[in-house]
Amino acid sequence: MKRLGSWAGPGLPWIVGPGMLGALYLIFMVVPTERVQGIVQRIFYFHVPAAWAAFLGFVVVSVASALFLWSGRAAYDRVARAAAELGMIFCTLVLLTGPIWARPIWGAWWTWDPRLTMTVILWTIYAAYLLLRSFGGADEAVARYAAVLGIVGALDIPLIMISVRLWRGMHPSVIGARPGEGGLADPSMRFTLFYTGLCFVLLFVWMLLVRLRVLRVEDEIEAIHRRIHPA
Amino acid sequence: MLAILAKDLRIELRTREGVSSLAVLGLLVLLVFQFAFPERPTPEAAAAALWLAFVLAGTIGAQRTFLLERENACMHGLVTAPLDPAMIFVAKMLGNVVILTVLQFLVVPLTVVFFDVAPTSRLGWLAVVCFLGNVGFSAVTTLFAAISVRIRAREVMLPLLVLPLVSPLLIAAVQASARLLGDGSAAEVSVWIQVLAAFDVIFAAAGWLLFEYVVRE
Repeated sequence: MKRLGSWAGPGLPWIVGPGMLGALYLIFMVVPTERVQGIVQRIFYFHVPAAWAAFLGFVVVSVASALFLWSGRAAYDRVARAAAELGMIFCTLVLLTGPIWARPIWGAWWTWDPRLTMTVILWTIYAAYLLLRSFGGADEAVARYAAVLGIVGALDIPLIMISVRLWRGMHPSVIGARPGEGGLADPSMRFTLFYTGLCFVLLFVWMLLVRLRVLRVEDEIEAIHRRIHPA
Repeated sequence: MLAILAKDLRIELRTREGVSSLAVLGLLVLLVFQFAFPERPTPEAAAAALWLAFVLAGTIGAQRTFLLERENACMHGLVTAPLDPAMIFVAKMLGNVVILTVLQFLVVPLTVVFFDVAPTSRLGWLAVVCFLGNVGFSAVTTLFAAISVRIRAREVMLPLLVLPLVSPLLIAAVQASARLLGDGSAAEVSVWIQVLAAFDVIFAAAGWLLFEYVVRE
């Protein structure tokens, strides 16, 4: 991680920055306006990639948590923590951009569609994880508790998916299936979505590396502090 | 393992602190729901009230799981005992299952009376749903009660940790109960029972495997 950070840390901003500008250009200048939904549909190119990044955050949290419990190395704990913070940001972005689109298209800010329900439950699990970390203090035990939650949260995801699908799937839905990636007719739409998705993933990686560096320095300062002032 | 379970149940039998406070709490939640709902409640509302009373009272009750062990450093004694930590988890979880079963024996009939629903021929299935919901809920709360008892702000933390995680269980239990209290088909109920059973297996196994990392000193 450290070695990866040493070249990717300074290098990534030069890729992510112009990449994001390119994404904005594609979204607002290149992609044709969707015929039925109009201009609002363009928010999808931010909404969906943010959801990917949020989900990636969850995956990283659970894998790093398992590795931490298995190996006991603090580096994995820092990865889990940084990924949870980022996942929270992207998950919040998903929940904010969704209603902006849903209000004019569905006529409601919020519905209990399976994906919405699932996202909001994931958000609360992230929130609990971060609160646990901030209430718990900085000792090694809290890192273990957080790791347990990170793993259990990941185990919960398939159950949440199944139950919210069944929950709403049994009722006739007023609103039809959400236009997914498959609904993007124009190839430039699909390209824009995947290009923006790639940008978001790179942004996620870069922010993760920056946050990791901060957490590592914090840990080092803590260690030095303890050496100077042994409790 | 049985010794821990027997010890906890004996304490409970002698003091009746947990069960009696939970019973009154469950009753209160049902009453509050009665006031909050429209005059002619549906089976869905009855199922919702039943499980919310269970979850709210159960979360508060689960706080107690490890509180007793804090006195005189009993938890330390338990962990250092020549005993698989997973066994402590099983014992504590079974203790919670027993106490919550008592709670259910009280809350379910009260729901039937208050909401005027008749689970006529499907009482057995309702018992299955209650039991599966109880086991899954106890598995999650026992694991996280062990965590919350060791950190600051523990009263707030346990519900914060547990409620998002049990949401699939809650959805499944409410849906199944609503159909059993109303008139749903057996096929509709069975799919929810499968979800509940999957939840139980996954979280009992997770607690069994992860408990060691929580109590490690």
